[in-house]
Amino acid sequence: MSFDIGNPSIGLVFWTLIAFLLLLLLLRKFAWKPIMEAIGEREKSIEDALTSAEKAKAEMARLTNENEQLLKAARAERDVILKEAKALKDQIVADAKNLAQAEGAKLIEQARKEIDDQKKRALADVKNQVSSLSLEIARKVLQKEFEDERKQEALVTDLLKDVKLN
Amino acid sequence: MDFRHFFDSKKISFIAIFAVLTTFSVAKATTYAAPDTAAATGYEAHADEEFEPTKVIMEHISDAHDWHLWGHTSIPLPVILYTDKGFEFFLSSAFHHGEHDHPGKHYTYRLVDKKKIKVVNAAGAVDEEASKNVWDFSITKNVASMFLSVIVLLLIFTSVARAYKRREGKAPKGLQSFLEPIILFVRDDIARPNIGHGYARFMPLLLTIFFFIWVNNLLGLIPIFPGAANVTGNIAVTFVLALIVLIVVNVNGNKYYWKHILMPDVPWWLYPIMIPVELVGVISKPFALMIRLFANITAGHIIILSLISLIFVFKSLAIAPVSLAFVLFMNVLELLVAALQAFIFTLLTALFIGMAVEEHH
Repeated sequence: MSFDIGNPSIGLVFWTLIAFLLLLLLLRKFAWKPIMEAIGEREKSIEDALTSAEKAKAEMARLTNENEQLLKAARAERDVILKEAKALKDQIVADAKNLAQAEGAKLIEQARKEIDDQKKRALADVKNQVSSLSLEIARKVLQKEFEDERKQEALVTDLLKDVKLN
Repeated sequence: MDFRHFFDSKKISFIAIFAVLTTFSVAKATTYAAPDTAAATGYEAHADEEFEPTKVIMEHISDAHDWHLWGHTSIPLPVILYTDKGFEFFLSSAFHHGEHDHPGKHYTYRLVDKKKIKVVNAAGAVDEEASKNVWDFSITKNVASMFLSVIVLLLIFTSVARAYKRREGKAPKGLQSFLEPIILFVRDDIARPNIGHGYARFMPLLLTIFFFIWVNNLLGLIPIFPGAANVTGNIAVTFVLALIVLIVVNVNGNKYYWKHILMPDVPWWLYPIMIPVELVGVISKPFALMIRLFANITAGHIIILSLISLIFVFKSLAIAPVSLAFVLFMNVLELLVAALQAFIFTLLTALFIGMAVEEHH
């Protein structure tokens, strides 16, 4: 018995060389090339899909962010408008109040003046009436008093006494 | 449960392994004596032979001119001889398992040791002088098995390639989905990290080497007809693979690779030592590939056959379960080794190519 180790048979070497090189050529042409190309293409398409998905996600995030920004801005604007409206309302109310107050005060003032005038007029009237009345009364009293002659003389005498001729 | 029989079997297996080792050494001694007697009688005696594990195992792991099926039945294979007088074609059945000489066109041939074809002279003795002029290019068992694996590989991968064309851009399916991770493994874990940029050029070679070795390893594990040949455990086959690697590596070696070998960065007076060392390195790398694959696969076959032989060495059926348990274990291990050796061969090929094409800056 001998073993192949030190003595590789030439036939096997020859056929192995032929078989392997043939296999290499055939597989390279009909298997490895299409397979590697297909795998490469699929990997590329997957990568592209992932990239575009990532891009879409970023775009989505950007849009959401934008929306939020817009919403925030709108909300802020609304707040401002509301605040302004409130201020305007307050202003209007205050103005109206002031105006009303002023108008009221003016009316009151006018009324008071009117009242004063009326009062003055009434007082003057009353004074006139009182004076004419008292004059009438005095005239009547004097008339009555001086109906009697003696009494007139007495008075004159009395008055003359008081005069004392200084 | 009673575990005692396990201990018994362990003891038995220990004895068995010891026995088989001693048998090997004894058998070896007889082996050296055998050729003389075989040559003298010219024929091998079949009946009542003492069982010789070494002979049986060596026969199984060696190449043969017919493909043994069972008993005395075997498939005859074509014999192709190139002699100094021209080609000879005939079927190996003409030898009747080495029992008859075959008178060819140019010489009369005899099958010696079931695998060597020698020229016989008129006196009926082997003519070693004339045998030197006979080159044996026969389709032996290993060649046939290798052709079978080539056909299997072509069928598998052309169908997978068709699947890629048919299902363009879609997820892999069936055989395609089984093989794609392996192809991607070769690309992403073997070629890319070791070769780097420009790895794609070497992908066909690496993939072919990987699947060729793997399929042949697996076919070798099948104990019956379509398998049973020890293709990757034959030094001629691993020699050719290593030779191809050697050629590819050195053809693709760039100026840095050659500068490293012929003008290494050492003082000039070390060149007489360094250059031969580097040149030996060029040869020794593929040489290691050749020996590693051959030795691993052959060792696996020898172990399995030794375990089977135990049954016949002990001439007892009682040893069969133990043997079979070990054989089963070894077969599973060999399945791993089959893939592992294909992986290592491919990995080292990629590594050597990577070292040859590496750019230095």
